[in-house]
Amino acid sequence: MDKIQIGTSINGEAVEFLCEPQQSLLEVLRDTLGRTGTKEGCSTGDCGACSVLMDGRLVCACLVLAAEAGGHEITTIEGLATDAGLHPIQQKFLEHAALQCGICTPGLIVATKALLDRHPDPDETTIRYWLAGNLCRCTGYDKIIRAVQDAARSLAHPA
Amino acid sequence: MAEAVDYKAIGTSPVRPDGVDKVTGRAQYGADLNLPGQIYGKVLRSPHAHARILKIDTSRALALPGVYGVITGQDFPEAEGGEIGGEGGGDVSDLAKNIMARDKVLYHGHAVAAVAAKSLSVAQAALDAISVEYEVLAPVLDLESAMAPGATLIDPSCFTKNLPEKPTAPSNIAAVMKLGRGNVEEGFAQADVIVEGEYRIPMAHQGYIEPHACIASCNEQGQATVWCCTQGHFEFRAMTAKVLRMHIADLKFIASEIGGGFGGKTVIYLEPLAVMLSRKSRRPVKMAMTREEVFRATGPTSGTLARIRVGARKDGTLTAATAWLAYEAGAYAGAPMGPGAMTVFAPYILPNFAVEAFDVLLNKPKVAAYRAPGAPQSMYAMECAMDELAERLGMDPIDLRLKNAAEEGTQAPYGPKFPAIGLKACLNAAKAHPNYTRPLPAGAGRGMAVGFWFNVGMQSSAEVHINEDGTVTIVEGSPDIGGSRASMALMASETLGIPYERIKVIIGDTESAGFSNVTGGSRTTFATGMAVIRACEDIIAQCKSRAASTWGIDADQVDWRDGAAIPAPGVNAALKPLALADIAAGAPKTGGPLLGRASLNAQGAGAGFSVNLADIRVDPETGKVDVLSFTAIQDAGKAIHPAYVEGQMQGGAVQGLGWALNEEYIYDANGVMQNAGFLDYRMPVASDLPMIDTVIVEVPNPTHPYGVRGVGETPIVAPLATAANAVSRATGVRMRDLPLSPPRVLEALEAAGR
Repeated sequence: MDKIQIGTSINGEAVEFLCEPQQSLLEVLRDTLGRTGTKEGCSTGDCGACSVLMDGRLVCACLVLAAEAGGHEITTIEGLATDAGLHPIQQKFLEHAALQCGICTPGLIVATKALLDRHPDPDETTIRYWLAGNLCRCTGYDKIIRAVQDAARSLAHPA
Repeated sequence: MAEAVDYKAIGTSPVRPDGVDKVTGRAQYGADLNLPGQIYGKVLRSPHAHARILKIDTSRALALPGVYGVITGQDFPEAEGGEIGGEGGGDVSDLAKNIMARDKVLYHGHAVAAVAAKSLSVAQAALDAISVEYEVLAPVLDLESAMAPGATLIDPSCFTKNLPEKPTAPSNIAAVMKLGRGNVEEGFAQADVIVEGEYRIPMAHQGYIEPHACIASCNEQGQATVWCCTQGHFEFRAMTAKVLRMHIADLKFIASEIGGGFGGKTVIYLEPLAVMLSRKSRRPVKMAMTREEVFRATGPTSGTLARIRVGARKDGTLTAATAWLAYEAGAYAGAPMGPGAMTVFAPYILPNFAVEAFDVLLNKPKVAAYRAPGAPQSMYAMECAMDELAERLGMDPIDLRLKNAAEEGTQAPYGPKFPAIGLKACLNAAKAHPNYTRPLPAGAGRGMAVGFWFNVGMQSSAEVHINEDGTVTIVEGSPDIGGSRASMALMASETLGIPYERIKVIIGDTESAGFSNVTGGSRTTFATGMAVIRACEDIIAQCKSRAASTWGIDADQVDWRDGAAIPAPGVNAALKPLALADIAAGAPKTGGPLLGRASLNAQGAGAGFSVNLADIRVDPETGKVDVLSFTAIQDAGKAIHPAYVEGQMQGGAVQGLGWALNEEYIYDANGVMQNAGFLDYRMPVASDLPMIDTVIVEVPNPTHPYGVRGVGETPIVAPLATAANAVSRATGVRMRDLPLSPPRVLEALEAAGR
């Protein structure tokens, strides 16, 4: 099958790759580029484990064709921590024990970033609806919601 | 026995040692590893629920460029007889046939062939090129048809086990189990009130977010290494060795991080296929299931039909109870009817009872363990009956339970007398909780129920290595599914008297850690924790003897306090304490490296009881239910890492609510599952739920050094009846069939003329 050459930006770095026309961004991120921080839970857009940002917008990487990523800026879980350390959302997920098995965690953290970028001070209902596309089977969501609330506080008032 | 003591590390909730890798995407789960030169395996699955395989033609698939191997049931060695013990165990030949069908397919999704190819798209093309001729048979899809005389047989060689006389005709009832005490007739004769009901609980999936995945690499001598997500890599190794008739020593299993299991990853599906394909292709073979394959072809838990009859005197004293419990096994025997039968009446003092339970074959996937396997179904029925009994007696439902609650010394229905247990403490905590006494929101009902699980011990090993600088590396063999590295490090920190941050916990592979059973049965913090504590005590004994030789005194003249050897009272007080780091630095001169070890078969796992409360509102127009509040109260013995104990309680509560309110396997008349995806098999999402309040009760388990009881499974048991009792009380109509999805609630309301 003929492959397509795509140029994109992933976590601020220019990246070029070859893909088959039917391949998803998720498949290319994980298998072609080796960025396995983005997880696969269903490949039908129902679980949110593959949440990434495309030009700042929250998308399921399994529902985006890899070829569609051309010319866009992709942010994955690997792009959140900086030289200064973990992103406050990552830190708060740890402090609140908001992960058990951890497979949904990268997607939830990326979804939380999308939420807090738009709504820096969300109420509990807003958080719950924003994260409704991200399945977690271990926690019952309680500690995740609390981590997000605390991350919002921490981003609003950096220590 | 553990007393209320001031611990330094235990009872705190520090960040888990593996946390950073899990929030940054570094942690490697089952499908995250790639090997140089790897190819991809995929499975061809049956489109029929019940059919005879007449012919499989793989020649066109093998002829495709980029296809390196094809296997079918004919490639498997003749299965050994015998059983594999433990959770996920069972009959070896059934296990082998479930991995790949031989002459018959027994459920939609049953594997019939597998291919290995250079890419996933070529592998898919190869599957499409395999032709299979089937003779389609009538499927058996519900318990009543399966158990009826003259039913279509799933396995004509299946004769019901455990009957007093060997049956003369085969049956879909693979086994029965009976349990009883006293005289049930006399008991019911003493009752002033008797309630009776039939309950249906649907087949449901564990719903872990990570699909099963593995990579196998086999060398020319037939030795293989397998990386996979598993709850127990040692058991996976044993099962794979049995199915492929290999020596255990020729197989190495490496457990990746695991993205949820809840019992569902105690069974092999892909691993032997990947080994066989790697052997054929002489390349590493990677395999991962799609979500649809996970639903169709891995083990969910049994759908169940339960009939309960329970009688009480006017004052609430239970006089007798009976339970009839039929569990769906799926295609091969092994439904959790035993634990279902043993848990159904466990919370209560019952002088007269009889339980009859059935393990029933039908054309659905073979069930696997799911959190407290068997108990949510049977206890759902009993706890609903208890609620109805409380209403009929005009009693508070907690008071009714308190009146009959098992306590230390009560003989459990399944045999032994309970040691110290926390049921009454949980009931009293529930009664005193503000969520039980505050005014009921409009349109809502308040439900409560009791949960119980035995918990298990089983085998664990641990090694404690003291590094040259006094930091500690612990090697154990229990895959960390929910934060157990943190609890191991906390128990080691407490025992050794050194800071938590200086301890690293490694889950070793099958060649670098001692044997350990699965992470299952709520056993890891209890049993593997006990091994870690013993291994730390081994280190302390060695350190005392090293200090003694350094000081020129006897080892019994040395004490260990706050991470250091000190002279015992009355011995030379001028001797300066020797900290663990000092002893580690001096180790080359005092006998060499410090290595502590323990291996054990842990006994005395303390039984875990819980009480749940919920306020649930029902919309009479649509039948939709809203959970307004939920309270989980549970005896943890001693919570080593309270935040992760709460996490188990909250997660189990929500899994139980999902099962009660939404989740079910839906089949059409041909046995094809209609909702094999997360869109239609609807698990709870964040916007469905309130915060889940928790109360950790601590009645120490006398057999564990720090009082630990398992906490992982009990949480899923009580939510089913808690939810149904709340909905029943909100509507005034007794709900018996789960899930309480809007159409079913509406149907029940309409049937009752509401």
